[in-house]
Amino acid sequence: MGLELYLDLLSQPCRAVYIFAKKNNIPFEFKHVELFKGQQYREEFGKVNILKKVPALKDGVFTLAESTAILLYLSRKYNTPDHWYPSDTQKRARVDEYLSWHHTNIRGNAGKALWIKVLIPLLTGQTLPPEKLQEVMDELAISLKQFEEKFLQDKPFIVGSEISLADLMAIVELMQPIGVGCAIFEDRPKLSEWRNRVEEAVGKELFQEAHEIILNIKELSNIQIDPQLKEHLAPVLRKMMK
Amino acid sequence: MVVELFLDLRSQPCRALFIFAKKNNIPFEFKDVELLKGHHLSEEFGKVNVLKKVPALKDGAFTLAESIAILLYLSRKFNTPDHWYPSDLQKRARVDEYLSWQHTTIREKGCKIFITKVLVPLAVGQPFSQDKLEEAVEELNSALKQFEEKFLQDKPFIVGNEISLADLVAIVELMQPVGCGCDIFENRPKLVEWRSRVEEAVGKELFQQAHEIILNVKNMSTTQLPPELREWLPRYIVHILVEQREMPP
Repeated sequence: MGLELYLDLLSQPCRAVYIFAKKNNIPFEFKHVELFKGQQYREEFGKVNILKKVPALKDGVFTLAESTAILLYLSRKYNTPDHWYPSDTQKRARVDEYLSWHHTNIRGNAGKALWIKVLIPLLTGQTLPPEKLQEVMDELAISLKQFEEKFLQDKPFIVGSEISLADLMAIVELMQPIGVGCAIFEDRPKLSEWRNRVEEAVGKELFQEAHEIILNIKELSNIQIDPQLKEHLAPVLRKMMK
Repeated sequence: MVVELFLDLRSQPCRALFIFAKKNNIPFEFKDVELLKGHHLSEEFGKVNVLKKVPALKDGAFTLAESIAILLYLSRKFNTPDHWYPSDLQKRARVDEYLSWQHTTIREKGCKIFITKVLVPLAVGQPFSQDKLEEAVEELNSALKQFEEKFLQDKPFIVGNEISLADLVAIVELMQPVGCGCDIFENRPKLVEWRSRVEEAVGKELFQQAHEIILNVKNMSTTQLPPELREWLPRYIVHILVEQREMPP
């Protein structure tokens, strides 16, 4: 039995795992876990990841959650090129440093635009007041400033002259607000150039393929949301709308 | 030149680093960055870490932020015993899995309790909101349930038979609510036993030493905030709480 990757390309970390595996020709079976259909709550998927989240990995009997852990596992098992997670102690530390900071700075805020602009209205029939989006975008702006000042600086990529896991995790996250029309690269030339370099390093075709769903998310306005999913999300949605 | 670790033991990730370095006899210079005096906002510290946060490391010209990155860096540079970050692929993945998951669960919710009970009153000069505290405790409870069911299960430690970076990072976070009077270990026998094992593995004396300040944090409520902090603290609180505002998975 081969490697199985449980993914929905709507999810940012899923895209990172997908791109990494494809780019490195890692053979895997794409197990689609459709989030809108509430498939993450199925008992069967719960056996793969009890946390009921994507991405998840199944390698024989070994299951693994958390995109960072999955990316590192794959990079080691399949001996991917050094630049993804450099063996040089200091460069490696720079990747670790970004991957850690990412969780509560870029990842925390970038994904919310999708919820506020598209998904909450879809799920509840209500729109949130504009201040809610502004609040999140303001916080994201602070994080982007830190990203440019501390992590990117004047380098082509976060760690230096080559793409690493750090750039990959960052870019997929930043494509989320793009998908809902928050033009975060506009007025940020340095970030915009970095995005182009990352796209180039990944390969434009693969990058586009991974991002097709999120870049066409507005077409989802007709989608049927699974009622069980609505039920699961109800308490969190109530909190978000307070 | 010896490694410099910029720490304030009121901060959970600082304690993880302190314990790890001491336990492994890693020679370092303890650079005290007193958060309550706003030292982290100084220009000088900004040269060590432009993000103005602790912990931070300085090793010659090399500076590094983020406790997880620093722990991994030290484990590699000083060749610490394998169990901290096992070379076995699957065990190592389990450590990575916990270290990743904990940011927005155990760490976040533990921080929220501390912010609600200690920092907000400090910033606004009023007693804490019982409702908000209960909400924060509820959120940590959910995370603790997942911790026990997914990460700990029936094993002595997160990865198996020996303590790893995962247990260390977890325990220092869980001591934060304890320090401000929320005994999250109460009625959780499995967690209590795990905590004892971790304390034993670290060494009781070192564990107590690292946690002395936070376990006496009640002394913080009467602190006079310096002017730099009076402006920064509310902004910090807002930043954390907006970022933390729960999003569906």
